[in-house]
Amino acid sequence: MVTKLFWLALFAVFSVSVHAKETAEDNYKAYCTQCHGIEGNGKGINVRDMSVVPRDHTDAKSMSGRSDETLFKAIKEGGASISKSVLMPPWGATLSDEEIEDLVQYLRMMCKCKMS
Amino acid sequence: MMRMVMVVLLAFSGTALAEGGMLQGSCAACHNITGPAAQTLKDAFAKKGPDLFYAGNKYRQEWLVSWLQKPARIRPAGMFYGGHVKTGSKGDEIDPSTLISHVVLSKADATSVAAELMKLKPHNDLIAKEKIEPGSVPRQMGEMAFNKFLGCMACHLIEPEYGGFSGPELYTAAKRLQPEYMASFIRSPQAWDRKSMMPNKQLSDGNIQKMVHYLETLSKEGTNGN
Repeated sequence: MVTKLFWLALFAVFSVSVHAKETAEDNYKAYCTQCHGIEGNGKGINVRDMSVVPRDHTDAKSMSGRSDETLFKAIKEGGASISKSVLMPPWGATLSDEEIEDLVQYLRMMCKCKMS
Repeated sequence: MMRMVMVVLLAFSGTALAEGGMLQGSCAACHNITGPAAQTLKDAFAKKGPDLFYAGNKYRQEWLVSWLQKPARIRPAGMFYGGHVKTGSKGDEIDPSTLISHVVLSKADATSVAAELMKLKPHNDLIAKEKIEPGSVPRQMGEMAFNKFLGCMACHLIEPEYGGFSGPELYTAAKRLQPEYMASFIRSPQAWDRKSMMPNKQLSDGNIQKMVHYLETLSKEGTNGN
């Protein structure tokens, strides 16, 4: 019994340190709001000198023009991968695929929209 | 009584410094000097200053000595920008009231602290993988890369009045940082800091060399050296 508990505890510690998945809310706050804004309206602190303004994630009309797959690709491989701005960097080395999927769902929640 | 406390404090700080203790004391209050880097975003959000546990792999000693005596802000929106931003009428803006200034050190303390920091080299393995060849990048080409091809300006000031605010300013980077560190960090920010705000742009070896050369060019320009 004690041995079993030990292995369970070890497994728990190991999985937290290696596989800890961040919430979409925290990932958005960490990596997205600098350009897309605290409120997701595309007005982050970095936009002043940008030649292309970041997407407004609360804009249901434009966000419903993107499929979940396109959003996933844009986050993972960057704006250039979907023929959009290079100012949107690739986050594939920062976020796991699962975290990116969660972010796509988070974006859907922000825009209150699906692909039309 | 007050004077006595001051004398004791001064004596203590002298002793502590002599033993390299300022790092463990004052510096450690805001900086991670032991490692490892933050493993969760919650920890990354709470950071008050850059990690210093690999300072010897990262900084140029002469810059440390100089900056610690005359500290100027390098990250316009603080260590984690999210803690220093508010919504304004035209969009998000930096809230200066939340930003804290770095303590000023005397020349003797700055020299001593810098020497202690330079001993912290846990990532010699990463540094050893980089080799910076001599070279230069024309100003126009570098600017194009920062703007159009790589988009560095989205998050970094690439000139004193041009660029983004969430990351550290780039036009002084080579004054502050060792060239091999810049190369290694551009190659894989996550190898240094798992939760780094810097994305990995998957640059080729050739482009990494070019970026380091351009950062060195930028930092040599008259107004950008401080």
